[in-house]
Amino acid sequence: MKGILFGTATIAALAFGLQPVAAQQSIKIGFVSTFSGSQAAIGEDMRRSVDLAVEHLGGKIAGKKIEIVYEDDQFKPDVGKARSEKLVQQDKVNFVAGYIWSNVLLASLKTVTDEGDTILISANAGPSQIAGELCNKNFFSTSWQNDQTPMAMGEYLNTKGVKSLYVVGPNYAAGKDMLAGVKRTYKGTIAGEDYTKWPDQLDFSAELTKIAAAKPGGIFIFYPGAHGVQFVKQWVQAGLNKTVPLYQVFSIDAITLPQQGELALGTLGAQEWVNDLPNEQNKKYVADFKKKYKVYPSYYGAQSYDAIMLIASAAEALKGDLSDKAKVRAEMKKANFKSLRGDFKFGNNNFPIENFYIQETVKDAEGMMTVKTIATAVKAGQDPYHDKCAMK
Amino acid sequence: MDYLLIQTLNGVQLGLLMFLLAAGLTLTFGIMDLVNLAHGSLYMMGAYLAWTFIGWTDSFVLGVLLSLPATFLLGVVVEAVVMRRLYARDHLDQVLATFGLILFFNELVRAVWGPAGKSIAVPAFLGHTVEILPGVPYPAYRFALIVAGGVVAILLAWLVTRTRMGMVIRAGASNRRMIAALGVNIELLFSLVFGLGAVFAGLAGVMAAPIASVKIGMGDDILILAFVIIVIGGIGSIKGAFVAAMMVGQIDIFGRTYLPDLLKTFLSPAAASGAAPALSQMMVYIVMAGVLVWRPTGLFGQRS
Amino acid sequence: MTGALRTPRGLATALLLVLFAALPLLTQAFDQRYLLSIGTRIVIWSIAAVSLNMILGYGGLVSFGHAAFFGIGGYAVGILSASGVPDGWVQWPVAILAAAAWAALIGALSLRTRGVYFIMITLAFAQLVYYVAASLEVYGGDDGLNIGRSRFSGLIDLRDKASFYWLCFALLVATLWFCSRFAVSRFGFVLRGARSNDQRMTALGFPVFQYRLAALVISGAFGGLAGVLLANEGAYVSPAMMSWVKSGDLIVIVVLGGMGTLFGPVYGAIAFFVLEESLKPLMDLVHKGWGEYWQIVFGPMLVLVALYAKGGIDSLLGRRRHG
Repeated sequence: MKGILFGTATIAALAFGLQPVAAQQSIKIGFVSTFSGSQAAIGEDMRRSVDLAVEHLGGKIAGKKIEIVYEDDQFKPDVGKARSEKLVQQDKVNFVAGYIWSNVLLASLKTVTDEGDTILISANAGPSQIAGELCNKNFFSTSWQNDQTPMAMGEYLNTKGVKSLYVVGPNYAAGKDMLAGVKRTYKGTIAGEDYTKWPDQLDFSAELTKIAAAKPGGIFIFYPGAHGVQFVKQWVQAGLNKTVPLYQVFSIDAITLPQQGELALGTLGAQEWVNDLPNEQNKKYVADFKKKYKVYPSYYGAQSYDAIMLIASAAEALKGDLSDKAKVRAEMKKANFKSLRGDFKFGNNNFPIENFYIQETVKDAEGMMTVKTIATAVKAGQDPYHDKCAMK
Repeated sequence: MDYLLIQTLNGVQLGLLMFLLAAGLTLTFGIMDLVNLAHGSLYMMGAYLAWTFIGWTDSFVLGVLLSLPATFLLGVVVEAVVMRRLYARDHLDQVLATFGLILFFNELVRAVWGPAGKSIAVPAFLGHTVEILPGVPYPAYRFALIVAGGVVAILLAWLVTRTRMGMVIRAGASNRRMIAALGVNIELLFSLVFGLGAVFAGLAGVMAAPIASVKIGMGDDILILAFVIIVIGGIGSIKGAFVAAMMVGQIDIFGRTYLPDLLKTFLSPAAASGAAPALSQMMVYIVMAGVLVWRPTGLFGQRS
Repeated sequence: MTGALRTPRGLATALLLVLFAALPLLTQAFDQRYLLSIGTRIVIWSIAAVSLNMILGYGGLVSFGHAAFFGIGGYAVGILSASGVPDGWVQWPVAILAAAAWAALIGALSLRTRGVYFIMITLAFAQLVYYVAASLEVYGGDDGLNIGRSRFSGLIDLRDKASFYWLCFALLVATLWFCSRFAVSRFGFVLRGARSNDQRMTALGFPVFQYRLAALVISGAFGGLAGVLLANEGAYVSPAMMSWVKSGDLIVIVVLGGMGTLFGPVYGAIAFFVLEESLKPLMDLVHKGWGEYWQIVFGPMLVLVALYAKGGIDSLLGRRRHG
């Protein structure tokens, strides 16, 4: 009896969990990001921006309702892949977007673009493999390729005349890429290079002590999410903020600033989008986001917003008819939409060719911590892997 | 010379923090034979509760002091509701149950405090550097950590070796049935010990918070390290936990400081930079495996 | 045999086996391709769980490093594939042997310890493998490696989801058959005897250490097989396959399903995946937006199973006739 109950319960639960496919009167977009665990705040920022984009579009594209299906990758590549598979095979979405992490994206790529023949838009991760040998006609990026951002910082440090640099980052693929990226363009001396344990190192005292002893002209770091908070705090506590300036990528942003607070004042970072870029759509985005959520959006959010707008532009151009995938891809490739960073073009590998800006951490008129553009480090920059891509 | 001193201090501070976390774990493991994977969750809850209290009282010290009894209470409740029923069970059931507790606490924190981490600032009176030797600045807060951690360690040592309760605890760690037979109220003892372990874990969480950050799952990352420490030290032994924690702290710091340069003497710079942190991560495990092969019950553990 | 079918457990198991055997046909008929993917993953994890059950359930040895066998099997396939050896006939035996060899090595060193010390030392060795894999930049490091599936030159195309599923299912049946023989063999009895009292077994003249080592090696080999299948399922390997969290998940699955029982691990795998997929929409039904916090329910569920369902799901299916 119990056995039959168990069996029936199993089948019922499975059948329930997998709802039948809805009719295709809507445009369905799957969005994979991290909504649980220590990095959930990033996913939250992306979700808020996606919801705002849908709101700005009036909930419709070319007369069809927009449906967003959010899935949580739990910061694990195998879960991300399974969720992506569900979106493509079960929910039969028209597009999949999101992906904060390179390894989750790499695990999920083929499932979406090859087995599912569905367009995938990365709103953050930009591993070199996808810019190069693994490039794919179904893949588009509304962010950047991992190396570009640190390369921009390297260029800027040259113009600023920083003589020596100590680079520190976490010991995993993205961390190594970031440090390699800055070394690509930076022409000064590398005073030291440290890779810290990922993800479990809480304490940077040993590295900070080494930096103090080396007396470099600056520190360059890549510590996404909570680790950025930790590093900045400890850098200030060690008194190093008075002697060694901090240059960073992805470590100080609208998500981490509420925790870093005034400790981060004066630090410089590089990114392709800053909240004060002077175009109409960006002003509207930032103003509406702030009004609704009382905090500034981050570039994770801006990139996600752009992903939705990119999809909308392609769908509008085809009057909502997404049946011919080749046509959809062709429209997407045109990047014919108003991006929050200003207009950009796609390179041959479907990564954006765009500017990179340097931003400084400041306090705004209301006393909230934010960042402000102070320079343009790179104009119309393209990633260094595009010639490894076979696409034209 | 100053450089060496500072790095040693870094190791001491790290070791003391880990000791606080490991002490509670080795107590519950040694006395109640309980594998508690949720110990890291208590560490996390201590930090979050302190954040809330600091927000209410606008004072770091008061917030921390309030969080101690709060974490104790939490420990006692968890013990009464879940742990009590697990003592008689084998380790696997305990693993399953406490694994479930980790998931529960992580989501609870997310539901109550939100997905973004919280920040506890270093209190203003500790926000500068002290000169431990002329011309050698060291962050005041870390120095305070060393002092506080040292005081707690001494208190714990006094509690365990000089008080009656400590004697009961040590006796319980070596033979639980005997002390029950001798008329000690086991239920009360276990409640107290678990609560005490929770307080230490919570204290470690609070003290680490200004340096690190208060975030979901913050305990899960260092939980393994805590287990490694108590295993090296020998389960149930506070002295062992202390020695092992200090060892691990120094190994960790000096690994990060000198290993890259050491490797560069016979590897290319690129390979050395990549291999060093990997090796550094493995080091603690290699040490543990080595200790266990030499002494299968840890440095100061009970030979069964 | 028919006697077994009359019990609730027997009936449930038989029904499940039939359902699983027919899964590709059913999912085709109802156009539920995703269900086949879940089914494939359940089958693969079942093999891993059954392999863990061999030493954990029957042997009483809590190995917290089982995911390492998984990972070694997967990486062997991945590395060979990336190095230009796509031939499954070469890859699979190498992978299984590698996992078995690793099991022999750590067994020789770890089996001197007992209880929680054994747990920790197996965990330590698994972490070592994890860090080595994460530092192999040429194979992607922790970005992981996208690989082509193993080739079996015309015999079977692993890219076809149905064929792959049936292969996995056949391997699961073979593993279960092996395990059933194992459990009632002399070897199995010695192991189970040692689990309850190893001093007695030694006094009876059995070389307990050798038996346990052999059990670990066999368990590791099957774990490696599961890793091979997982690498082919996703055409991707990464160090995450061997994180300690995965080892923990495996232990949870085995305990949830019922340790030391034949089908327990399979029930555990099914329950684990089903709960993961359906708790979220179920909670959303109760109150929109609650589904996101599904782990707040899942966690306590595990606690309840640990506290009140002593033998796991298997025990809920009715009393055993013997043993």
